[in-house]
Amino acid sequence: MSSESIKEPYAGHKTIEKNVALLGVLAFGAVIVGGVVEIAPLFWIDNTIEKVAGVRPYTPLEQAGRDIYVREGCYACHSQMIRPFRDEVERYGHYSLAAESMYDHPFQWGSKRTGPDLARVGLKYSDEWHVQHLKNPQSVVPESVMPQYAFLADRDLKGSDPSADLTALSRVGVPYTKTDIEKAAEDLKTQADPMADASDLQKRYPKAQVRDFDGNPDRLTEMDALVAYLQVLGTMVDTTSAAAQEELSKVKGR
Amino acid sequence: MESLVSRAGLWFAAFLVAIFMFVNAVDTGFAIHMVVFGLAALAGLVISLTKSNYKVLAAIGGALPPDQSRYDDDLVRTGVILTTFWGCVGFLVGLYIALQLAFPALNLGFEYTTFGRLRPLHTSAVIFAFGGTALITTSFYIVQRTCRARLALPGLARFVFWGYQLFIVLAATGYVLGVTQGKEYAEPEWYIDLWLTLVWVAYLAVFVMTLIKRKEPHIYVANWFFLSFIITVALLHLVNNANVPVSLFGSKSYPVWAGVQGALVQWWYGHNAVGFFLTAGFLAMMYYFVPKQAERPVYSYRLSILHFWSLIFLYIWAGPHHLHYTALPDWAQTLGMVFSVMLWMPSWGGMINGLMTLNGAWDKVRTDPIIRMMVLSLAFYGMSTFEGPMMSIKSVNSLSHYTDWTIGHVHSGALGWNGMITFAALYYLTPRLWNRTRMYSQRMINWHFWLATLGIVFYASAMWVTGIMEGLMWREYGADGYLVNSFAETVAAKFPMYVLRAFGGVLYLSGALIMAFNVWQTIIGNLRQEEPLRQAAYDPNADRPLVAAPAE
Repeated sequence: MSSESIKEPYAGHKTIEKNVALLGVLAFGAVIVGGVVEIAPLFWIDNTIEKVAGVRPYTPLEQAGRDIYVREGCYACHSQMIRPFRDEVERYGHYSLAAESMYDHPFQWGSKRTGPDLARVGLKYSDEWHVQHLKNPQSVVPESVMPQYAFLADRDLKGSDPSADLTALSRVGVPYTKTDIEKAAEDLKTQADPMADASDLQKRYPKAQVRDFDGNPDRLTEMDALVAYLQVLGTMVDTTSAAAQEELSKVKGR
Repeated sequence: MESLVSRAGLWFAAFLVAIFMFVNAVDTGFAIHMVVFGLAALAGLVISLTKSNYKVLAAIGGALPPDQSRYDDDLVRTGVILTTFWGCVGFLVGLYIALQLAFPALNLGFEYTTFGRLRPLHTSAVIFAFGGTALITTSFYIVQRTCRARLALPGLARFVFWGYQLFIVLAATGYVLGVTQGKEYAEPEWYIDLWLTLVWVAYLAVFVMTLIKRKEPHIYVANWFFLSFIITVALLHLVNNANVPVSLFGSKSYPVWAGVQGALVQWWYGHNAVGFFLTAGFLAMMYYFVPKQAERPVYSYRLSILHFWSLIFLYIWAGPHHLHYTALPDWAQTLGMVFSVMLWMPSWGGMINGLMTLNGAWDKVRTDPIIRMMVLSLAFYGMSTFEGPMMSIKSVNSLSHYTDWTIGHVHSGALGWNGMITFAALYYLTPRLWNRTRMYSQRMINWHFWLATLGIVFYASAMWVTGIMEGLMWREYGADGYLVNSFAETVAAKFPMYVLRAFGGVLYLSGALIMAFNVWQTIIGNLRQEEPLRQAAYDPNADRPLVAAPAE
């Protein structure tokens, strides 16, 4: 009985490891702290997302293209997040702002650059280049290891109902108006049709690019949607204007 | 009898729901999945009706039949076979996509065979199919032995095991069909997530109930790790997969979290999938199989306590190191980095506790290839948990992020630590579960060991070279002040290393195929006649005792 007089180190732990409930509750307590401290403040600290002009929800066509981007797993090889380094800014453009992905459900920042960053690929290449590159990447970039996506040009764009997509997105916080949701199917067609009157679409979605994207005006294909999405990437915020530069210089915390 | 009727009723209801969902389905992927789900429910119905022992039920009025053996190992046996199978599948898909990166023509031009769709198939096949089945299988084996209790809730345990396999099949077919929510390592869509939630809650129930009926006063350290793994994965899964479906009859959904918050939630999940799925769960395997195979007690009880609590507390903070220099606020990045560096210590606590367990049994490294696999696995655990904290330092990360270095790091952990400890566990389990004196061939284990080791060396060194090379090429400036390399030039420069990496994959896969053959032969009862592994001949001249020398 002499051993009991000397207190064993970690003797208290014996209580924990004899009680399943206690062990489980303490383990849960240990793992919950870090997540709460790191994640929760992002929802209420003001400077998490800087306020910049120009960011708007995607048009139905751009969103449909984005859904194809997600479906094909483009994020496995392309990032959409330019870091604030001289070489990245010179190669890809102004570093990415948190506001630019605030309507991205899901975010597509990526984690790997097997191919180049796409955060500001919009308007850098012509539609013809994108279509040719998606159909056969090696024909425009011989070194490329990208798969060929010719099938996108042969498939009509007919996923789920665009109004249903926008409704679901508005439920998770994207500020689509009632009109946006009602006119979603119409907007989808209008944006890819150079003959249609797009003034209403462009009023609700400023700077929306309206044209036939895939070089085949007779059909609305998945290629139209994907190219429309690629062409809007990084173009919503004017990062070059003097006012924008001054505003961004005041942003703290990064 | 009532429980049988209600169980059959539940399966029948699930079958009807599947038919209803199939009829109303708005997209092909969802329709196919409802067929798979309906067939699974039908199988559940048939099995619960035909496999029940009606005579016993009639005799004892519905109570469970008495235990036939001390432990319930049916699922563990099936699990050993399925783990081996999923391992080979996962490695094969990995090899194929590695070759696609070297030879893009292998994408074949079909939507189903592009790298973008096969990559999640590879990651999920190795992490969730191979790793997950290994974890469920070994946890069912270990919890019974260390509690000296038969598995609680045997019916629910079967639901957990086969329900998880259904999750794997739904997830895998979904990726090929383009059903994905576009978040790495969390690609399965909302209805597959819901199914996994159900399975996981049942898993927790089976595990905890078995712990409760234990005949040992103490809960063994391996079970602490299993318990924290099950609880934390449930938490991560629920928060990261909060989605709003577009239609209740369609596969598409949008995540609740967007942009910067979405990114942090995702990497809080992603990094702790590594921390709790691939670390805590596998440490639990280590804490059982290493002492058993070495026939030595765990090195330090105090170290177990210290590193268990510090590991689970610190791991959860490390997520933001996946988002260095992004639009995530600086304070979160720095916090993530600091905790990642601290995490080095509890990680090495686990490695030291494992390696030092071999004290007094180090000679077995020479004669027992299973022990050798365990030592190598712990060595790789130590190396990758040093490399990880180093890469999470912001200045190192500015070079390594977005490059193949990350891929190399992940694979030294996955192939070295997770793969090797699982292979060792399978070699430990197979002869015991089928009552054989030993594996069919010890020498094949040795071949597997060397093929896998060489494969990892080729893989990791090729990725270090391409990763650091491309990181440096991207940021290289000439004397004229312009960027030197176009992006395409950096892609072309990686070609030879991509081929070497694929060669490493060939070696690793062939080792796994040899294991599959060895396991199969052991199960059907064959025993290969072979010379024992080399015993070093006794050399009396070399056997000189150390001479005590006075301290200076």
